[in-house]
Parts: sequence; C-alpha cells; structure tokens
Amino acid sequence: MTERHHDGGPEALLPSAQPVRFLTDTGAAVRSRPRYPLPDSETLRQAYRAMVVGRRFDAQATALTKQGRLAVYPSSHGQEACQVGAVLALEDGDWLFPTYRESVALVTRGIEPTEVLALLRGDAHCGYDPNRHHVAPQCTPLATQTVHAAGLAYAERRKGSGRITLACVGDGATSEGDFHEALNFAAVFKAPVIFLVQNNQYAISVPLDRQTAAPSLAHKGVGYGVRSERVDGNDPVAVLAVLSAAAEHARSGQGPFLVEALTYRLESHTNADDATRYRTDAEAEEWRRRDPIARLEAYLRRRGHLGDDDVTEAAAAAEEYAARLRTRMNADPELDPLGLFDHVYDVPTPQLGEQRESLRSELEAEEALT
Amino acid sequence: MTGTTTMAQALNAALRDALAGDERVVVFGEDVGPLGGVFRITDGLTAEFGDDRCFDTPLAEAGIVGFAVGMAMGGFRPVVELQFDAFAYPAFEQIASHVAKMRNRTRGRVELPMVIRIPYAGGIGGVEHHCDSSEAYYAHTPGLKVVTPATVDDAYSLLREAIDDPDPVVFLEPKKLYWAKAQVTLPARTEPFGRAAVRRPGGDATLVAYGPTVPVAMEAAEAAAEEGWDLEVVDLRTIVPFDDETVTASVRKTGRCVIVGEAAGFAGVGAEIAARVQERCFHSLHAPVLRVTGFDIPYPPPMLEHHHLPNVDRILDALDRLQRDDRPDTRFLPLGGAA
Repeated sequence: MTERHHDGGPEALLPSAQPVRFLTDTGAAVRSRPRYPLPDSETLRQAYRAMVVGRRFDAQATALTKQGRLAVYPSSHGQEACQVGAVLALEDGDWLFPTYRESVALVTRGIEPTEVLALLRGDAHCGYDPNRHHVAPQCTPLATQTVHAAGLAYAERRKGSGRITLACVGDGATSEGDFHEALNFAAVFKAPVIFLVQNNQYAISVPLDRQTAAPSLAHKGVGYGVRSERVDGNDPVAVLAVLSAAAEHARSGQGPFLVEALTYRLESHTNADDATRYRTDAEAEEWRRRDPIARLEAYLRRRGHLGDDDVTEAAAAAEEYAARLRTRMNADPELDPLGLFDHVYDVPTPQLGEQRESLRSELEAEEALT
Repeated sequence: MTGTTTMAQALNAALRDALAGDERVVVFGEDVGPLGGVFRITDGLTAEFGDDRCFDTPLAEAGIVGFAVGMAMGGFRPVVELQFDAFAYPAFEQIASHVAKMRNRTRGRVELPMVIRIPYAGGIGGVEHHCDSSEAYYAHTPGLKVVTPATVDDAYSLLREAIDDPDPVVFLEPKKLYWAKAQVTLPARTEPFGRAAVRRPGGDATLVAYGPTVPVAMEAAEAAAEEGWDLEVVDLRTIVPFDDETVTASVRKTGRCVIVGEAAGFAGVGAEIAARVQERCFHSLHAPVLRVTGFDIPYPPPMLEHHHLPNVDRILDALDRLQRDDRPDTRFLPLGGAA
C-alpha cells in the first residue's frame, strides 16, 4: 500500500493541549475561540431537547430496574452530551456501533425505547433491526465492536457510499487489544470511522490512573497514525463541533478519527453496583456542576435561541416519553421459547429440529397440566 | 481443469473461481497477498484480481476476523486466512462472541457470510504452536459450521460451498494433505454440507474419520482386510452440520465403531460422536464404541509427533478390542485382570 496516511508529522495527529471547550462550566462562551466551527443553533436546540428526553428516559430505565422490569441498567446520566452528540453528528445512512451504555444514544437515533431495552429486560439480545436503523447490536464484550466498525467503514469506502461509522467505547475498553487492532486496521485501510471514547473516569470501580499511563486516551491514536482530539465531554457544543469535524474528516477520505470525551458517570456502573465503595460524593459533586444540559440551556438562553416555552415543552415531552415507556414496559413481553432454535443457522440443522421438538413436547405437557 | 491436482491447488482454484464469480468475495489475512500465503493457497490471486480483492493485513488475528465481520455487515463475503491453527486463538473471542452469534442475536436480521480458513492439525513436522487440532473449540460453538476436507475434490467443492453459504464457516485445511494428489476435474461439486461420505463400504466395523485421519483410516482398512476385517470408512466432511444419519446407518449395519481423530481425546469431537452412536445404535452394537485419538497432552515436538498421532497400528489394535470373539476388553476390567 503506497498511500500516504496523513500529512505532516506526528504533531498533526496529536490532540489539543487542553480538551476542546466552547462553554465554561456555567455555560458562558469561552474567551479563546476553538479551531472547530460552531454548530448551528438549530442543531444545538435539537441537542438540548434530545438530552432532556434522554435523561428522563435514563431515569425511567433505572426506576424500572427497581420495579423488576429490567434485569439491569447501565446509566449514562451525566454523559448526555456524548450520547446525543454521537448521534447528531451522523447522517441517517451512517452506522453507529454502541456499547451497553448507549441506550440514550439509541433512543436519540429514533429506535423505540422498548426495542432498545429488550437486551436489558432480557427478552432478546437485540430488540431492534440493526439494518433498519444502521445501529449495530449493543456490544457487551469490550471494544470488540470497534473492529467491526472499522471493517464496515472500509466496506462503505470500497462501495463509494460516502457513509461513515462511529464506534463508542469507554475508558476501560481502550486497554483491550481489539481497540488497538481497530485503530491500526482503520488507519492502514483508511477506513472512515470515528472512535468515540467516553472517558467517564471509571471502568466499573477501576479509576483511569490504573487503566493507563498515557498522557491521555486520545494520545493512543498517534501511534497508529490516527488523527486524535480531546474534548470536554460535558460541553455539548464542543462535543458536536469536534464530532462533526471528525465526521467530515472521515467522509472526505482522510481516514479514521479518535475522539476522547472527558465526562463522568454520575451513577454507579449499573444498578447492581455501589459507587460509594470506590469514590467520594465530593468528586461527583464537582462533575454535577458541569452538567451538560444546564450548560447548554444557559448558553442557548443567553444567545436567545431558547426560551421558557422551549424548556417547558422539552420537559413535557420528556415526561410523556417516560410515561409511555412505563406503560409499555409494565406489560410482560411476549416470549416464544420455540424461537430459541431460530436463527442459529440460516436453515436449522436436523439436531436443532430434534431439540425444538423435545422442547415443544415439554411445553405441551406443561400446558396440559395447567 | 482435469489432471493431477494437489489439495493446495484445488483450494487455490476454489478461491480463484469464487473471486471471479462474485465481486463481493474478498480474501485477506497475513501474507496472503503477493507471497500467496505461507502454504501458497492464495498464490497468484492478488496478481490476477488486484490488491482490493486479495490483500495483506496487519498481523492481528482478532483484527482480521473482526474486520471481516464489519465487511460482511457491509455486504462483502470475506474469506480470511488465519496462518496456523494455534495462531488463531487471538481471534477466538471474535469468533465465539460475534461471528457465531450475530445471526441469532439479531433474530436473523444480520447474517455473516464469511469463511475463516485455518491450516490445521499435524503431521508436517511443525515446531511448537504450528500443529493444534482445534476443531472441538469451534464445533462446540453454536452458530458456526465446521468443515474439514479429506480429498482433493472435496477441498474444492467444500470451500466453494463455504464461500456461498449464508452462515459463517470455520474451514479447517489439513496441512499434511495440502500436497496430497488426485486425478480430478475442476470445478468439482461433491455432496453438500451435512452429508458424510462412505469412502469404503464394509460390513464388519465402521471407522469414522474426518480431515487428516481419513487417509489413515483408509490405509488401516486396507491393512485390516488382510486380517479378515471388512471395514467401512465414513468421512464426516462437515463436523457441523453433523450427519447422524450416515453414521448411524453405518454402525447399525456393522455393529462396531471406531472413531479416529488427531485431537486429544478428552472432551473432543470423537467423544461426541461416540455418545451419539451409543444413543442411536445401542441395540445394534456388539462392542463398545472406541476412539483412536491423540493423547491428552499439549501437541508434542515434531520429532515426537508420530508417537502422538493415530496410525494404522493403533487402529488395528482398536479392532482387536472390538470383541469379535465375544471377549471383553481387558483394559477396563477391575484390576486389569483377564475375564
């Protein structure tokens, strides 16, 4: 392969010295103008509304675990700027490769929330149609889907479709071998893929300083020839600006782009975890002050792009969304045990046919007893 | 093409014909480009079809398989080579968690028509980590088809079928048979997946073999004929899907069964076959179902591998234990005493 993978020296690949920010912690515009274009106000208004709905969805999902309606739920409370930014930076035909923590991103993408939550309710491994939404199944093994995102991006490049892919991972997953193989393959084959690392500071309980000694997670890109950037992950304007630039970079044939978004997981890893065992309330309080929704609301209000009506409307839409979700999740899902044998292979093997029959007899015997 | 062909040439022809016949087919892996693969199975393909169709990748097996998953999702039909059986393990998570499960976890909405080719098993004097018999790992993973050819025309036909198949296929190429020759006419089409082949009909006992042990079983059957045994040899061809029908019909006819495989016997494919035969043929069996396998040891150094691999003598010894004279197998009596 004789293509040049990037122009300039390694410095051209390195992330900014400080994470890119457009907004201060309180939502004022920062003084030094970032080198990325400011997202348009309509997209930012859309992001605001999606974050409000997403946060309400997230709280409702956590509540559903307490009612026994979900087996488990990994919250992304506090990470809404990344969840929403990842989706709004993409076009409809682009592919998203989410992890289990991307439920808010998936509902932002327009997938029915009951379909999103099928995995965590436990009635199916993936409740939605990946081909319809261009969203891969939520991935539980860490970083394995990043290689798929690179491969699919390369496939799209080969077809000349102009489509790109975006793979989400957390800070812990950047230690996995597959993450590194994905960066390497993507760079070598100039695959149009964005790797979005939501660095929420903890991999379950393990803090970042036990995860890596790298200057930053974004620095991991340079070793592979991947253009990299760091962004304040609780600044929705900055997240959208950087991800949009990354999308443009990938779509225009310049290859992959790695974004590290610095954020914080305000809840425990899942409802089954207890974050008080490994971190302090004071630390979480620090991050609550940088709440992405409050910051964007303050910014848009100051600019006159958001008013009381908009805020009220978003809150009402979020309540309605949560109420509908509650109702739908309070109904038991329809389960078909015999469906277990479907889709193991395109055509079931004779052995699967026999096993299906045996389960069918069992079910009929149970039915006869009741 | 008609004439004397090696299995390596037949596999190469299958890849060539698949690349020519379907532009979605892509071949990639380590050294498969200009070099043509360490076993030369991809020889000439990059020159003929270009670097877009047959290409080298970084040296990373999980990356190769994961990249193939993504390309298959994007509409391609990847055929990847993992250079040696024991070098395939870094890709195992991709294979077990994604390749095998994608169709099922998406309720049939995403299928992965891809082939993972692996030079497989022993008998070539390979140094450490170059000769594992890893079929049980794959066969134990629902969602994968597991194929291993034993003849030259099957090598061609099964690989073409694997590439055309809508399911992911782990295609195990017996290294020691790469240079086996046969008179064949290509393109050859043999029996489809899921059908075992009776390579030699016989009435006294059934030898079940697959991949590299099929020629050994055939040789043993020849030698046994001199001792008065009329052996049937069944070549599984596809471990998954497994052809219960052919194996069962054979053992019900012969009443005796010996399974021959190179892998360690414990918890191996041979154990599964023995269990299935026992479940289905119990009332036809005149003797215990026996296995002739490798020992339960890590693959030995090349100068010792002939002690490990099943051979004709061991198969003949097993035949002696098939109780043709109604004498029980003394090995398994209490205290090892004779009956």
